[in-house]
Amino acid sequence: MTVIDETGETQEAQGSPGAQDGRVFTVAGGDWDDILADLAESPEERIVVNMGPQHPSTHGVLRVILEIDGETVTEARCGIGYLHTGIEKNTEYRSWVQGTTFVTRMDYLTPLFNETAYCLAVEKALGIEDQIPERANVIRVLMMELNRISSHLVCLATGGMEMGALTMMTAGFREREETLDLFEFITGLRMNHAYVRPGGVAQDLPPGAVDKIGSYVKLMRKRFPDYAKLCNENPVFRGRTEGVGYLDLAGCLALGLTGPVLRSAGLPHDLRKSEPYCGYETYDFEVCTWDTADSYGRYRIRLAEMYESLKIVEQCLDRIQRTQGQPVMVEDKKIAWPAQLALGSDGMGNSLDHIRHIMGDSMEALIHHFKLVTEGFHVPPGQIYAAVESPKGELGVHIVSDGGTRPYRVHFRDPSFTNLQATAAMCEGGQLADVIVAIASIDPVMGGVDR
Amino acid sequence: MTENVPAVPEQGPEHGAEGELIAVRKGMFGARNGGDTSGYGGLVRRIELPGASQRPFGGYFDVIADELEGALEEQSLPPAEAISGYVVHRGQLTIHVPREHVVRVARTLRDDPALRFELCLGVTGIHFPEEAGRELHSVVPLLSITHNRRIRLETTAPDADPHIPSLYEVYPTVDWHERESYDMFGIIYDGHPGLTRILMPDDWLGHPQRKDYPLGGIPVEFKGAQIPAPDQRRAYS
Repeated sequence: MTVIDETGETQEAQGSPGAQDGRVFTVAGGDWDDILADLAESPEERIVVNMGPQHPSTHGVLRVILEIDGETVTEARCGIGYLHTGIEKNTEYRSWVQGTTFVTRMDYLTPLFNETAYCLAVEKALGIEDQIPERANVIRVLMMELNRISSHLVCLATGGMEMGALTMMTAGFREREETLDLFEFITGLRMNHAYVRPGGVAQDLPPGAVDKIGSYVKLMRKRFPDYAKLCNENPVFRGRTEGVGYLDLAGCLALGLTGPVLRSAGLPHDLRKSEPYCGYETYDFEVCTWDTADSYGRYRIRLAEMYESLKIVEQCLDRIQRTQGQPVMVEDKKIAWPAQLALGSDGMGNSLDHIRHIMGDSMEALIHHFKLVTEGFHVPPGQIYAAVESPKGELGVHIVSDGGTRPYRVHFRDPSFTNLQATAAMCEGGQLADVIVAIASIDPVMGGVDR
Repeated sequence: MTENVPAVPEQGPEHGAEGELIAVRKGMFGARNGGDTSGYGGLVRRIELPGASQRPFGGYFDVIADELEGALEEQSLPPAEAISGYVVHRGQLTIHVPREHVVRVARTLRDDPALRFELCLGVTGIHFPEEAGRELHSVVPLLSITHNRRIRLETTAPDADPHIPSLYEVYPTVDWHERESYDMFGIIYDGHPGLTRILMPDDWLGHPQRKDYPLGGIPVEFKGAQIPAPDQRRAYS
C-alpha cells in the first residue's frame, strides 16, 4: 500500500501506524512528476488521502481518511473527536436547570431541540410531564419548527456550496439570518439560548412576536420556491446528487440511521407522528418521504419539510393568540424558576420586579429563591430515555438520577454521531468528488458528533 | 409538604420494595472531617435506584416479557437464567440481562416477529463506583418501528473484569457507540471489530467519564474572591 503523507520526508512506512507496508510519498513541496513516476512503477498500488479536519468541504472538523484508486474511493473512514468538549461530564457538576445551558451547545445548529429533549427527559423523571402548561408546549413546538427550518437551510446552503452551487449558500444563509433574528427577538440570543427549561420555557413571547413571525412565514413562502426553481430540475445539480450516497432501508436500519436519510429510503418514520410529544398529535402536517435513497431524495425531503414546518408554525400562531396571558411554566413552586426573566440586550437578564420582591418585600421569597437557584430541585432516582425528532433524526437523551440536585449521568444519542457511521457504506465504490455530496446529504454537525 | 423540608424522592407504587443500592453517602455540603456545625454531619443516606418490578408491568410490557421468555425457551435457554429482572420506572421498561446472554437476548429481540426491535439507539455507559461487582453498566435503548415500542437492555460488569460481549454482529450501529463507551468508561466490548478510542486522542490515559476521573479546572478569581473549580465546589448531593 502506498501512502501519501502530509508531513515528514519520503520514507519507508515500516512500523508507523496505519501504513503497514510500502513507501510513503511526501506531497508537501515535492515534484508531482517524481511522485507520479514512482507510482507508475507499481500500478496496482493505491493511495491514501487524508481529507480534513481543516477542509472547507467536510462540514467543520471532520477528518475523512480515503483510500483511492484513481478517482474511485475504495475505502473511507471517519476520524472524529476534534470538537470533543466534555459537555456530558460537565453537566454532572451542575444543577438540573443549568444542564440546559450546556446541552444547547452540543449540536449548535439545533439548540432548541437539544434543550427540549433534555427538558422532556427531566420532566419525565420528575413525573410532571402532564403538568406542562399548554402555552409552554405551543412555544416549544413553535421554536422547534423555526429551528428545523434554520437547520435545514444550513444543510442546503453548505451542501450546495460544497458542490459549487454558491447561490444556494448566499440564499440559504440569508433566510437563516431571518430565522435567527426571530430567535434573537424572542430569547435574546441567536444561538445557545437556554430558553427551554425543565417545567416550561424561560419567558413568554415578547409583545409583537406574533406579527413578526407572521411576516417571516409570508416571506419564506415567497422565497422557498426559489430553491426548487434553482435545483429541482437543474441538470448539473441532479447529476451531482442523483444516485450519490445511496443507502437503502435495510442499510439505514442496520446502521441506526434516522431522519431525512431514513425517510429518503421510503420509510415514513417520524417521532412527531409515532410518539408525539409537546402536543404534536394535535397539529396537521405530513411526513415527507422519497423513494430513491440518495442525496437528491434527501435534498427534496428537507425542502418539503421546511414547508411542513411553516404549516406547523402557522398553527402555533393561532394557538399563541388563543392562549394569551396563560402561564409558560409549571405551577409547582419547588420546580418552576422563581421569576420570569426579562429580555435584555445581550440575552436574558434579571427581572427588576422580582428583585424588588425578594430584596424588599418578602424574606421567605428570598429564601425560596436562594434554595431553588443555588441548590436546585431533587429528581427521583432512576433512568429515563426521551427522544425528539430533530432535523437530523432521533435525538435521544438518556439521563440517570441518583436522587440529587445534579444529574448523575447525561448521555445524548446525537443523530449526527450515528448517521456519520454511514460514510463508508455511502462512499466506497463511488467517486472522490461524490464523498463530499454524500457527507453533505447526511448533514452531520460536529458539535453534536463530538459533544 | 412544609416549606423547610427538602423534597424527598418519592417511591411510586410501581417500584419493587428492594431498590438497587448504588451508594451510601454520609454528611452533607462536603463537610467530611470535623468542624461540622451544621448538624448534617451524621446524616446517612442510602442511594437506591428503582428495584425489580413485579408483574403485571402494565401496557405492552407484559406482552414483550411473555414473548421474549417464550422465544428464549424455544432456544432452550431458561428465561430465569437469561433475564435477571425487569424494572419499570416512569412508564419505561428496562430488561436486565447477565452479560453472557446479552447477544442472544438482543438477537431474539431483533428477529422474533412478535418483538421486532429493528432499531438500536446506541449505548450509554454508566459508572457506579460503589456498587460492588456491578460498577460498570452498559444500557442499550431499542426501538421497534413495526410495533412502536421501546425498551432498554441493561448489562453490568465489575471494574476488575470490564468485559461485555459486543452487540456489533446484531446491531452494526453500535460500532461507534461501543467505541465511545470504551473510550469514556473503559468497558471492553468483546467481539467488536476495532475497539479503539473515538473521541479522546489515541494516546490518552484514563477514561474521562468514570466517576473517579476528575473534571479538572482551575480556581478563578472574581471580584477579589476565589471561586473554586466546578468539581471542588460545595455540593448538596
